[in-house]
Amino acid sequence: MTNSATAPATRSLISDQELARPRNRAVYFAVLAVTTVLFAGAFLFPLYWMASSALETPREFAAQTPTLLPKSVHTDAYRDAWSQMDIAHFFLNTAWYAAGGWLIQISVDVCAAYALSKLRPAFGRAIFAGMLASLMLPAAALLVPAYLTVSDLPLLHLNLLNTPWALWLPGAANAFNIYVLRRFFDQIPGELLDAAAIDGASRLQTLLRVVLPLSRPVLAVISIFAVVGMWKDFLWPLLVLQDPDKQTLSVALHRLSTSTTQVPPTEMIAGLSIAAVPMIVLFLLFQRHILGGLSAGALKG
Amino acid sequence: MATSLAPRRPGPPAAPARGRSGERSARRARLRRRVADNALAYAFMAAGIVCFAVFSWYPLFRGIVLSFQQDNLITDPQWVGLDNYRHLFDDPLFWTAWKNTAEFTGLALLLGYAVPFAIAVLLNELRHFRAYFRIAVYLPVMLPPIVSVMLWQFFYDPGGGLFNTVLRGAHLPTSQWIQSPHTAMISLVLVSTWANMGGATLMYLAALQAIPGELFEAAELDGAGVWARLRYVTLPQMRFIMLVLLLLQIISTMQVFIEPFQLTGFTDPSTITVMTLIYRYAFAVNNDFGLAASMSVLLFAVLGVFAALYLRLTRETDQA
Repeated sequence: MTNSATAPATRSLISDQELARPRNRAVYFAVLAVTTVLFAGAFLFPLYWMASSALETPREFAAQTPTLLPKSVHTDAYRDAWSQMDIAHFFLNTAWYAAGGWLIQISVDVCAAYALSKLRPAFGRAIFAGMLASLMLPAAALLVPAYLTVSDLPLLHLNLLNTPWALWLPGAANAFNIYVLRRFFDQIPGELLDAAAIDGASRLQTLLRVVLPLSRPVLAVISIFAVVGMWKDFLWPLLVLQDPDKQTLSVALHRLSTSTTQVPPTEMIAGLSIAAVPMIVLFLLFQRHILGGLSAGALKG
Repeated sequence: MATSLAPRRPGPPAAPARGRSGERSARRARLRRRVADNALAYAFMAAGIVCFAVFSWYPLFRGIVLSFQQDNLITDPQWVGLDNYRHLFDDPLFWTAWKNTAEFTGLALLLGYAVPFAIAVLLNELRHFRAYFRIAVYLPVMLPPIVSVMLWQFFYDPGGGLFNTVLRGAHLPTSQWIQSPHTAMISLVLVSTWANMGGATLMYLAALQAIPGELFEAAELDGAGVWARLRYVTLPQMRFIMLVLLLLQIISTMQVFIEPFQLTGFTDPSTITVMTLIYRYAFAVNNDFGLAASMSVLLFAVLGVFAALYLRLTRETDQA
């Protein structure tokens, strides 16, 4: 009800009149209550458990009878995870990779999509098709050769392993971004760009001053997905950032969980909570963009 | 297009004159503009093309070549023909990995395919707390996968883990979860479903809301009850998106990695999957990149079938 974008404009399977009948109303509210509780149990409780377990003392956590509410709040686990387990370091690593990756993805993909949509170069369609084809390539198929490529770039013979570029450059080859941006740019009327050209704007100025301001909504969606994707990624950073000092939060958490030095479970769980917080905050801030982007994707197929 | 065939040699710089030479210089100016426009467009696309070429197109080619080579990154790669493939077929783990991957995909479809659809149909009928339901079901999707999987690792602990504590509290039999070969696979499927079902649920919801209400109206006037409406209106209307999501889900679940990797490792034969075996071949045990590449090529071929079906399906409706 609160979100007008998701409220049905038309009727659904069961009409409001049917629901208004007394017996149906009772059934409806019973189902509503059960669903509400089940959703809380299935999706919210695990997160609550994560945040609150890390507030318990290791002894309380290990006790046979678990407590739903921590007996007393201890922030030690969070503090130790942040400094002793060095979560702070990996948090900053990940934030840096995500920020740089976002900037590079946006600049590379916006320029390419702009050229494909508005400058219409020779062979543009073939290049666009080649980019889209990569959407159909399962990440698994490219894992090993992409790793070898990053470890020894063709022609240049540079080794990008354990540098942010190993995440940033492959991340810029994002066909989804180019597809979405191009579709959006296609809808910007050419007259607008011609007018800018008559006023003496170069192509780059037109892009920066006319196209980009009009594209704020699509840029927002792409930015969110770029940052979220970077933050959640696991397998690729696991391969290309094997130096513990350079690792992302996800990879570091995995390494700490399998390392021989025992980390207290409450500290580990605190680490998990810290890794989850930025994503949850992003989601609550931008849920409209995120959920909207999803449904738009579904309808277009 | 045809104008690009025009003057082959650059002539002398023509004065803006009348007649044929004037026409030629106009044509040349047009050509020059086209070249300049194209050069500019390619300058805009250069970074993107290089990124795709180096990190997407070239690795595909290299992966296929690599599958016929022996490469351990130390000595120079050697051409070994079909040896890698022969090795694969001789490795019992290869067959186990495919069997496990098929089992995982099958179970994930049973759970992860039907459940989101049912939830979406239900949510579409609920008139209250719409935002709450949508946010709740999508929250796990936002978590970094390693967080979901490690969180469930705590839940699965046979001793003091949440699940067994709850089961014990309800006087139900407990389970060894990921620690027993009998329940390990279904445990992986459960966490994977929990973490991923939000996306499919919301896509179904969007598709459900796009069904024209008049269809239900008409069915109701014809005397169709709720089940009949579901069967004869909702399901046929949803067929396309259900097929699309089925294919996408098969493609993504067959590449399952993080759940077995974190929960059961890449040595346990009861849960080793195609992806964890590729990892094991290349990075963990054998350091044999050729072998891993040939496994990737096979996986690519299998997934390619589903990708082709998906493409055909979405193409057809694009044109319609």
